[in-house]
Amino acid sequence: MAGVDKDMLAQFLLRMGDNTLILGHRVSEWCGHSPVLEEDIALANTALDLLGQTQLWLGYAAEVMGDGKTADDLAFLRDAWDFRNLLLVELPNGDFGQTLMRQFLFDAFHSVLLGRLLQSSDQSVREIAEKASKEVAYHVERSADTVVGLGDGTEESHARMQAALDLLWPYVGEMFASDDIDRAMAAAGVAPDPAGLRDEYDALVGKVMAEATLSIPDSSFAHKGGRTGATHTEHLGHLLCHMQWLQRAYPGANW
Amino acid sequence: MYAQMVKSTGEGVKDRDAMSPEEAAFQDKVDADIKIEPRDWMPEGYRKTLIRQIGQHAHSEIVGQLPEGNWITRAPTLERKMILLAKVQDEAGHGLYLYSAAETLGVTRDELTEALLSGKMKYSSIFNYPTLTWADIGAVGWLVDGAAIMNQVPLQRTSYGPYSRAMIRICKEESFHQRQGYDIMMKMAQGSEAQKKMAQDALNRFWYPSLMMFGPSDAESVHSAQSMAWKIKINTNDELRQKFVDQTVPQAEYLGLTVPDENLKWNEEKGGYDFSEPDWSEFFDVLKGNGPCNHDRLNDRVKAWEDGQWVRDGLLAHAEKKAARKVAAE
Repeated sequence: MAGVDKDMLAQFLLRMGDNTLILGHRVSEWCGHSPVLEEDIALANTALDLLGQTQLWLGYAAEVMGDGKTADDLAFLRDAWDFRNLLLVELPNGDFGQTLMRQFLFDAFHSVLLGRLLQSSDQSVREIAEKASKEVAYHVERSADTVVGLGDGTEESHARMQAALDLLWPYVGEMFASDDIDRAMAAAGVAPDPAGLRDEYDALVGKVMAEATLSIPDSSFAHKGGRTGATHTEHLGHLLCHMQWLQRAYPGANW
Repeated sequence: MYAQMVKSTGEGVKDRDAMSPEEAAFQDKVDADIKIEPRDWMPEGYRKTLIRQIGQHAHSEIVGQLPEGNWITRAPTLERKMILLAKVQDEAGHGLYLYSAAETLGVTRDELTEALLSGKMKYSSIFNYPTLTWADIGAVGWLVDGAAIMNQVPLQRTSYGPYSRAMIRICKEESFHQRQGYDIMMKMAQGSEAQKKMAQDALNRFWYPSLMMFGPSDAESVHSAQSMAWKIKINTNDELRQKFVDQTVPQAEYLGLTVPDENLKWNEEKGGYDFSEPDWSEFFDVLKGNGPCNHDRLNDRVKAWEDGQWVRDGLLAHAEKKAARKVAAE
């Protein structure tokens, strides 16, 4: 681990933690509003897992940054341009189908990535990945089942799931758009270069979409700017208005 | 208490002489604390009253997700957000146990849901009050769950087996809920001036609605008398309310907060506090649908149900296709 640039490692950790934070937040918005009670419970479970992972990733990021900040400081006191999550996870929930499609597209990526992080040269990354990968193995199983069930359900559910896939597919490419940070992490053995995960991802997603009788759009266009922080969507700012409100309105208060 | 003003037979407790042999044998079992199980014979009034009571309790758990869910996205720390999410998830789980208990009495979850959404069945009046600040989340845990526990702990001994077993599981989680609520209140009461103000404001707004949770005095109620004979109601509303006040006042004092009741006074003779009655006309207004949040709460539930129709239909259609394919393959 000696050769890793601290700033770059911190950026990598923010990418991991911001994905789980923002997606966990989005999923938690469903609480009390799901189509069936079992889904309410399952979505809350998923959100809880993601937020638990956030504490670990952002906690480690804060430790690496070494300026006395905490995971909470990172979650509640950064502005939108400091966030490093994929654009996909900050998109609004839409209907239940859109939420589950977003979840599956992310879970598939997350499970492939966490599988590789089990071999990380960084012990803390390895430990977090060990805990998270068990949870995410279940997430991807559940979201895949639901995508299949709704894709291969009624005419209406099929149409809604296809619309969700069409809407979200252009946000998939960003997962694999590597940059200098990824190359530095790969060189140090901390994390794989995401570009190398695409084939495994496509195989998994292709299998599930085929079973769901859904067609993957024939376009490789990818929206970018989330994981670099260069251009988030307008939605992130609104999400932060909710999430950070108390911390911003009452600075320094102990909750 | 999540079940209020549950109607029973309306005829009061039946005299032993007027009971059929089946009814007498049933009452003997109840008196001997032998649990009644789904396949056992039971009076129709017992079954119907239980469906009303368990159903209302289940609905309260489900609608009760909404005022707390209102703050999940604004919880002030990651830990608070997770605790609140876990708590609201527990409430959904309680709803699930209770609907399952009701199903053993011959009513489906969908039927009960339809009755809630059409306004035929009620949920607890307390969930028609808004959660306006973060301190309200503390107050809901401390006062609302605290009041619920007062009723639910004795109900662990209720005569109907599935209900009793659901209550045992629920009570374990509720005591954790109450503690987390009090913990939020502690942080607020020991915090900045603004936080203290929020804590006092939350107590001011939730005190009387919490007292109303037990329902009006039922000392003379024929419904309550029958339910008590059947051991599906264990204590009177006034007994539980008194117990709640006696437990809660010292907790408020410890927090340095003032209970909003000028008449609150320790009564040495009765060994409990004297306190003001809540405004019962407000209670009946809320039950009639005129509480601050009745419209929003029910609308949210109706919207969730209607928006989810295509999901339920889709998953059902898929399950049927899958089963048909399996049969075709065999």
